[in-house]
Amino acid sequence: MNSNLVIIVLTQALFYGTPIFFAALGGVFTERSGVLNLGVEGMMLVGGVCAAWSSQVIQGSAWFTVSASLIVAMFTASLVAAVHAFLCVTLRANQTVAGLSITIFAGGFGLSSYLANVWNVAENQVPRQVRKLNVLGLADTPIIGPLLFNQNILTYCSWVMCIVAMWYLFRTKIGLSLRAVGESPQTADAIGINVVKYRYLHTMLGGALAGLGGAFYSLAIVPTWVDGMTKGVGWIAIALVIFGFWRPDLTLFGAYLFGALQALGIQLKSRGVGISGDLLDAIPFVMTIVVLVLVSTRLAHRRIGAPAALGTPYEREER
Amino acid sequence: MKSPVRLERRLYQPKRLNLLIPAASLLSTLVLGAVLLLATGKNPIDVYWRMLERGFLSERALTGTLRTATPLAFTGLCAAAAFRIGVINIGGEGQLYMGAVGASLVGLWLGGSVPLGVTIFAMVLVGMIFGGVYAGFVGVLRAQFNTSEIITSLMMNYIASILLNYLIFNSTSYWRDPRSFGFPSGKPLDKRAHWPEFDMFGIPVSFGLFIAALTAAMLWVVYRRSKLGFEINVIADSPRASRYAGIRTKLTIIAVTVLSGAVAGAGGASQVGDFAHYLDTKSLQLNGFGYTGIVVAALARLNPVGALFVAVLLGGLTNAGFSLQGPDFPSGLVGTLQGLILFCAVASEILSKYRVRYNRSAVA
Repeated sequence: MNSNLVIIVLTQALFYGTPIFFAALGGVFTERSGVLNLGVEGMMLVGGVCAAWSSQVIQGSAWFTVSASLIVAMFTASLVAAVHAFLCVTLRANQTVAGLSITIFAGGFGLSSYLANVWNVAENQVPRQVRKLNVLGLADTPIIGPLLFNQNILTYCSWVMCIVAMWYLFRTKIGLSLRAVGESPQTADAIGINVVKYRYLHTMLGGALAGLGGAFYSLAIVPTWVDGMTKGVGWIAIALVIFGFWRPDLTLFGAYLFGALQALGIQLKSRGVGISGDLLDAIPFVMTIVVLVLVSTRLAHRRIGAPAALGTPYEREER
Repeated sequence: MKSPVRLERRLYQPKRLNLLIPAASLLSTLVLGAVLLLATGKNPIDVYWRMLERGFLSERALTGTLRTATPLAFTGLCAAAAFRIGVINIGGEGQLYMGAVGASLVGLWLGGSVPLGVTIFAMVLVGMIFGGVYAGFVGVLRAQFNTSEIITSLMMNYIASILLNYLIFNSTSYWRDPRSFGFPSGKPLDKRAHWPEFDMFGIPVSFGLFIAALTAAMLWVVYRRSKLGFEINVIADSPRASRYAGIRTKLTIIAVTVLSGAVAGAGGASQVGDFAHYLDTKSLQLNGFGYTGIVVAALARLNPVGALFVAVLLGGLTNAGFSLQGPDFPSGLVGTLQGLILFCAVASEILSKYRVRYNRSAVA
């Protein structure tokens, strides 16, 4: 193990962590409004397939095509999220099963695979990809060069988003209202906050961010379309919301932790360290369970950060 | 301003809803599916007719349908058993794999050296133990630490899938056939360890389907007629009330989760004994049986006996998807429809809790 490996793993941790962060940040917004979204995996995959398709059919400069594809991904995924919001908010359905239905409907065996087949997405390359930047020409600086100045453009966007999200949630009036809706919809309703609107919009915002995360897979990580390509990352993101204590900043660190686990597995596999690659693949999943247990034992005593009304539909006429 | 409809809470649930809600779900699925098919340039009537034909309308179709229905019956019962107590075990997929691992281990070891009945019994038992223990982790974490069973059970699906691939592709395990050069595969079971088939009106029915029917009957009795079933209902309604009533809540939650995993494990055993006759990693993972099981349970409204019929229905859908797959019938369509069914089933549960009343005038 040399320092070179450490740098590579850390650099890639930021790369692989980015889509996890997008999806988890979306989860933070959604859950802060009191809606539990278990459909993240499905929304990511729909975003991913729509981004891959758009980048194949939209003509124009690379910048234009890529930005348009990202917007399409976010838009379609937010439509799927609107369906989830319809089930959870308007129909007051069981949010857990509603989320599962979204993932089964849109996920690796479902709509994302269907659309990929109908549009022949998998058969063609993704011509325009989201690429790495060389910021200020500092990419070749030792250590911090690859780490900070040679990342994917969306990684830089995610840092900005994290700051904006912190400001939005904790420093604006809308953010305050949002948290009120998630903690006590009755109170929020009583002071004139439109609970239904807040829940719809933030569920859709969460979906859009999940779609962006999915697009990162099909436009940057793989980059082509493979059915079910996110391989459970949407679920890891849901767990991440919990152990990021529903805060964007902690969620970012958590995402990089999982990015690092993924990167470490890939690096060790390519260097052939005598452990079977399969077992290395299992590390992120095992870690998710371990961290979740650690957090939930603490949470059992004082539920830090969990929106009190999470997972419960709001019915005005009930007390 | 008033909306044209309003919801009124039902004080009791009429019995007819048990059939009405699933029927409404299926009907709305067909409509929504047709919209999707039209939007992507397919003829819905044509697609639906061919699915009906390939799923149910010939002897060959029915044979395939019952074959696919067998694992779905087990995973559906697995989900129904756990959902009843409020444990959302979506790990049926992984528990099915583990059951197959356990059952093939015993099948390979015993096959041919003892009577078939003993082999079957041992395979089912060990499959159930493997699936049950695997689910047990989820149950203990949920009961002891209040860890979300949804995420842990799902993570364990991925882990089980990785384990399956490891056993066959990346190791020289007991399950792998040492004679399989080139493409690795599982070691085949002795011919005398294959589970028998029965003939029902000319259609072969797997032994596993009988076990599933027996399991469904047993679950029905447990839930409807036993003290445990009563306790399960109390815990599902209010865990706090159950503790005050002196019910050993944690233990019951763990026991039900283990039971649920054991049912999926028996399904894994049936996959090995009835159909594959070796640890077939590919066909086990091809369909997402565990996830479809959730759809089965939801559409059957968690009724074990209903789950059997729904399993046959969704087995037909999956089987038709298999045999139709091609340019005219893209893969992913079946999964989409299954998702829509679950989606509509969840949505129409509102009808069981509320009745829809029309407001006489839109403006009051």
